[in-house]
Parts: sequence; structure tokens; C-alpha cells
Amino acid sequence: MPSPKGDGTFKIPMPSIETPRFKFGEKQQGGMGQGDGGQGDPVDGQQGEDGQPGEGEAGDKEGNKELEVDLTLEELASILGEELSLPNIEPKGKKSLESTTNKYTSIGMNGPDSLKHFKRSYREALKRQMATGTYDAKNPIIVPIKSDMRFRSSQQKVENENSAVVIYMMDVSGSMGDEQKEIVRTESFWINLWLKSQYKDIEIRYIIHDATAKEVDEETFFRTRESGGTLISSALKLCKEIIDADYNPNDWNIYPFHFSDGDNWSTDDTKLCLELLDEHIIPASNLFCYGQVESRYGSGQFYKDLHGKYGDDNDRVTLSKIKNKDAILDSIKEFLGKGK
Amino acid sequence: MERTRPIDGELARLREEIEGYAKEFGLDYHPVVFEVCDYDTINILAAQGGFPTRYPHWRFGMDYDQLSKGYAYGLQKIYEMVVNTNPCYAYLLNANHLVDQKIVMAHVFGHADFFKNNAWFASTDRNMMSVMANHGTKIRRYMEKYGQDKVEDFIDKVLSLENLIDPAALFETPDVQRNRAKLLSESKTQGSEGEDMNDGRSNALRSFMRSKARDEQEHGPVKSRQDDEPVQQDKLDVSISRRDIMRYLLEYAPVKEWEADIIGILREEAYYFLPQRMTKIMNEGWASYWHSTIMTTRALRPSEIIDFADHHAGVMAMSRQRLNPYKIGIELYRDIEYRWNTGRFGKEWQDCDNLYEKENWHIETNLGRQKIFDVRKSHNDVTFIDEFLTPDFCERQGIFTYKYNPRTGRNEIDSREFSEIKSKLLSSLTNFGQPVIEVESGNYKNRGELLLRHIHMGVDLDMNFAKETLKNIHAIWKRPVNILTTQEDQGVNLVFDGREYKSTTL
Repeated sequence: MPSPKGDGTFKIPMPSIETPRFKFGEKQQGGMGQGDGGQGDPVDGQQGEDGQPGEGEAGDKEGNKELEVDLTLEELASILGEELSLPNIEPKGKKSLESTTNKYTSIGMNGPDSLKHFKRSYREALKRQMATGTYDAKNPIIVPIKSDMRFRSSQQKVENENSAVVIYMMDVSGSMGDEQKEIVRTESFWINLWLKSQYKDIEIRYIIHDATAKEVDEETFFRTRESGGTLISSALKLCKEIIDADYNPNDWNIYPFHFSDGDNWSTDDTKLCLELLDEHIIPASNLFCYGQVESRYGSGQFYKDLHGKYGDDNDRVTLSKIKNKDAILDSIKEFLGKGK
Repeated sequence: MERTRPIDGELARLREEIEGYAKEFGLDYHPVVFEVCDYDTINILAAQGGFPTRYPHWRFGMDYDQLSKGYAYGLQKIYEMVVNTNPCYAYLLNANHLVDQKIVMAHVFGHADFFKNNAWFASTDRNMMSVMANHGTKIRRYMEKYGQDKVEDFIDKVLSLENLIDPAALFETPDVQRNRAKLLSESKTQGSEGEDMNDGRSNALRSFMRSKARDEQEHGPVKSRQDDEPVQQDKLDVSISRRDIMRYLLEYAPVKEWEADIIGILREEAYYFLPQRMTKIMNEGWASYWHSTIMTTRALRPSEIIDFADHHAGVMAMSRQRLNPYKIGIELYRDIEYRWNTGRFGKEWQDCDNLYEKENWHIETNLGRQKIFDVRKSHNDVTFIDEFLTPDFCERQGIFTYKYNPRTGRNEIDSREFSEIKSKLLSSLTNFGQPVIEVESGNYKNRGELLLRHIHMGVDLDMNFAKETLKNIHAIWKRPVNILTTQEDQGVNLVFDGREYKSTTL
């Protein structure tokens, strides 16, 4: 799966195994090239920053060849869509907004003077005069009459506007390590990418929580490391508040994603969570997704609780366990495979 | 894999046209069969070295995966593929533009001419399509019989040896081979086996069976030798090149018959591909020279010029990291043609040290075309560079050498000196770019250990790879395997005894 490098290029891992053979070490060997430059000038694009050649283990291990490609986000989204055979999302039926815009793209016979098209009117007048023989090349005076007048006229275009909001919630309690966060980051990147390709307008909000929840910007979302206990309900409560305040479910396609390692402080809190989900969040959203990242400390209880309640086949709730980086693709497919 | 299909319609017409030009220019080749296929099929074929049927092995799948990823992300595309057989098979990509197809066809006729005429290809088996398919069948049968994992595992091991072959063996004419066989049977056996073994088994296996038979005659059939230990004698056999380690192991390692057959099969395939590895610059240069010549002087329509220029420039792109064999090749042929057209060769030219005179040297010799035809016949990359690379040429092409600088941690331009460039280029091409490894003894320390020697020519071996390789050779030889090499100017003997590595400095 490609991973973004941040400068518009993506790295595509190319797993490979190189058969061990007697071969030359690379450093001493150097090489040859063509181009400008004097002695001591670097040969561009070479290793050095990343990857020390010749230090890897031979044989049984995965090679780390990588390709770098320039791709636009749309291309990437369509590759992703194809790869996972993701269905296109049907925006909520009536709830998508219709907006009409006027575009002045054609010409009509009547209209206000302010929209008069002088050149076209003049041309009509000239045509008429030549046809009727009243045009005199020596004294080229053109007198338009009412039927010569032409006006710019507008055409109405109906555009569907659908807007979506993605609300990411992440557990940042002590048990979520860097690896777990990296997984969430990668996964949310791909989810954003896909949803962006599906909706014209998309807003993304981020919530982090341990025992209390707060809304943060993207940067903080992925960087913060806190410790302490976990009250999942705090995040869901905040999520509900955000929805109530800013996003009317009738106008918005709402996607709450929650990532955690599945540890919740108490069963009471879990009960509260389920209540919040049932009564507020799930009815308001297109799809509620819960991704459980496996960590050494997490018990994974929350997944079991949710699973017990919503089961595998719920239309509005998707649960996914993400074991490690390799499982990201599958989990994205689980989240977005329903076309909601 | 979808089937490839023969060309028809417009393509067939183009082929007629291009072939006409190729003949007109005097290219001489085995018949060429063009087939059209889609990108996926061409990726599969390319992963298998151009052959539709090979033995099953995971690395073909790995190569395919890389090719198709590269294609999916728009990084690379295989335009053309041509196989050295008789008839010569060439694949065209169905999605290519007609101009591209023309270029490819012209290019292919260049390759086909090279395959037929270059001396290093003289001994390649032109029926390789069927030979490869037979190899596939045999190995699949072994898999059924002995288990897929076991066979595949053994192939993995043998692939470690693939570059341990001797380019000189390419010039073994049937005569030489016959003589050697005679020598073998005279010196070691009295019987006349061999006649009855003419049954489609690989040559190598036949010879292996001969050596088995030989052992049996020497030591009596029953306890000739245990299958798990090599023959205890110093087996430096004059008739086997010390560099043909694949063959050496085939003859002397304690392997089972099917294992020997697999070594033989892989060895045969390695030798088949060897000439192509030895003539990369010449071969690609020759084909490029001809697609360029045919297109620009004959086949190109005015409307196609931009596309042609674009494509051609893409193929000829120079890089700062490595020399592009297409570019170096075509430019060298052009340089030779120019020099032999204008009399810039021979004693008089060499001896002239008047720069002004040299600059304006022009004698209407017009031998250029003839000369490059001769060159493509008798040279390989090493001799080609050795004889025709000139200081002038290097300067015009902006060639430099670079070196890794441990202080800055990057590769830096090292030199633009002609002698440096030439020696570096030659050493990178020597022994088809692979380290030269020889068998020193098959009974080292009188303990049946295998001793290999790396002929050090300035560049150390990659030790991590060397270790893994020793492990794989050990799995075949079954006794400790040593290699003598040099690391950072210090002689080293690295040995793997089945459990651990020991490295002693000399």
C-alpha cells in the first residue's frame, strides 16, 4: 500500500527477496554516470539520507525496495477504490442539498438593457440591412431596430451539494503507543482520501480523549501522548455535542470514527457509551466505525461489548480489529466496503 | 495469462514495410514472429525471461508483481520483448501507438540480427522455447514425486550458483565437447557407456550419470560412495573449468539424481542467458542504432516525428547514477561509423599528434557501415569498450565515475579521466559484471572441504551475501565450504561448516 511522503509523492513498497549470490559490495564499487558536475559534486538522488547500501541481511528477509511515484490524490483514491473494490458512496437521499446557479452561457431575444449584447445586436442589424438592401458601403450607418436586439441570457444549473463531516476520536491514554498511533494515522489518511473523492465538501474534526476529551487540530491529534485512564464516553459525549452544535444530520453525512485499544475504565462507562451511541450518534450518522488497534496493554474489551450489541451485520455500525500495519487495508475495506 | 496472437491488418502491413527496410540495409536474421498481447501478458512473459513456459518458481511471481506494480503506477512500461530463438519471437504491446510499434519492430530486427550473427551467441540453443518447456515439465514431475517444497527449496539453493559459470564455456564447440567426453572416458573408464544415454536428458545429467557410472566401476557398484559425503579425492579435473562451479558441483557434490538434474537444468538456462548478459551494451546499442536509422531515413511519416523523438529520447535518457547501455551503445556505433567513414583510424591517425590536423581529418574511406557490421559480429561488451572507447567520446558524452564518500555519506563524482573511466567500465563488465570465483580444491585440508577462491580485482565481496551463499553451497556440498577473499586489503578465509561461520585472516 502506498504511503504518503508529504511532498506529493508516494512510496510504494515492493517486497522482494534477493537470492544470495557472491556479489560485489556496493560502497567500494561506486559507479558511472553521464552529466555535468565537477569532482566532489554529489550524484543526485542517491542513497545517503536513507538506506545504507550493502548493510542488509541477505536471503530470507524481505527486501525493502521502494518506488516513488508522483500521484494526484484523485488518482490515488481511484487506485485505492479499485484495489479494494470499494463501492461508491450513496449520499443520504433527500438530505443532499440542491443549489442552483445561473450561468450566462447563451443568447436570447429579450432581456433587460443591462444584458444587451452589442456585438451580436449590431451583427443582426447589419445582416438585416444587407438582406433588405438598405446598407450603403459608402455611408455605413447601421440602425438597429427592436428585433435586432440580442441579450445575454442565463441558464439554470442544478448542482447537488453534499457535505460530509468526519469526526475522528482517538484514545490517547498510556496504552496507545507510537506504533498504534502510526496505524491510526495511516488509516485515517486513507479514509480521508476516499471520502474526499466521494464528497464535494468535507470537514474533518479531531477529538482526543483519555479520561476527559477535547477537540484538537490535526497536528495535535497525531502527536499527543498522554497517559492516564480511559473514559470512552467522554469522547462520545463531545462528539455528540459537536454534531448537535454544527452538523444537522438532515444536511450532513456524518462519519464518526473511533480508534482505541479497547480498554475502558469501567463497565458503567461502557454502558453510558452504548447509550450515547444508540440514542444520539448512530441515528445521526451514516456510519459509525470503531477500529480497535491491538496493543500490548489493551484488553480489547470494548470491541467485545460493541460486537455483542451490534453484531457483524449492522448497517450503521462497523467494527474492525487492526492487528498491525498490514491489516490496515483490510480494515479500510471493512469500514468503507458498505458504500454508506 | 491471455494468449498472444499473431499480428494482422495494419500491423502486418507495417511489418512488411519495416522488414523491407531491414533487408535493404543488409540485416540478416532468423525469421521473426511477431505476436501481440496485452500489458498483463507481457508482464508475465517478461517475468519469465520471455518464455511462456518455465519451471514453477516463486521468484517469477515476485518479478511479475514488481512489473505490474510499476505499470499500474505509470512508472514503467515494457515496449518490446524479443527472444533469442529460431524463429525469433517478439512481443508487441497491444496498447502501443502505431509509431511505437514501428520503432519496436525496427528495434527487434536489430536484435534478431545481433542474435544470429554475434559470435558469443553462436552456441546458444535456438530451440529454447521447447527446452524451457521441457525443463518445466521435468521439474513439475520432480515436484509431484518428491514434494513441491523440497524441490523448490533445492532450486532456491541452486539459484545461488547461477553466476558461478564460465563465459569461456560458450566457445565449447561440439568438437571440444566430444573430445572432452573422450578424454574423460579414456582416462577414467574403460566401458562405453554414453551411447545408450541419448534420451533427452540434459547434457549435464548425462555427464553426471557417466561420472556415477565411473565411480561404480572404480569402487564397485554397491558402496561406491555414500550419498551424504563427497568423494574423498582431490577432484581438480582438467576437463572442467575451475570457474564453472555449477558443473563442478554437479559432477562431484553428493547429490541425488533429481538434484543433479536440476543443477543441470539451471546451468543450461544460465548459459543460455549468459551471452545476453555479456553483450548488453552492444546488443541494445545495435538495435537502437537500427531503429533510429530505419525510422529516420525510411519509415517515419512527418506526422509521427514528435512521437518518435519523444519515445527515442526516453529510451536514450542519460542518468547520473548509471550508464544507459542503449545510449552508450548507439553512440559508440555511430562514433565508429563516423571514424571509419572519415579515415580516423589506423596507424596514421594514431601517430598524428597535430591537434589541428586531427580536428580536420577527413579521408573519404566510407568504411563505416561495413565496420560496424564487423564489430557486431566479433565483439562482446568488454572488447567493444576496450577497443572503441576514446577520450573524445567520453568527453562528448559527459561520462564520469563516482565513488561513495564515507565522510559525507553520499556518492560523489570522482573523476572524468579517460583512463579511470575506461578501467572502471571494463572492470564492471568483466566476467559479465560478476565476481570471479574459482574452485581451488574439493578436498581441502584432506577433509573433503570445498575451497573456493575469489579472484580479487579491486572490489570486495558483499560479505552478508557471501555468507548466505556459502550456506546454500554447503547444503549442496554437505561438507564445510571455504572461500578465500580479500576484505579491506586483508586476506580472509570464510568458512561455513553447517552450523556456524568462521572467519580467519590470512
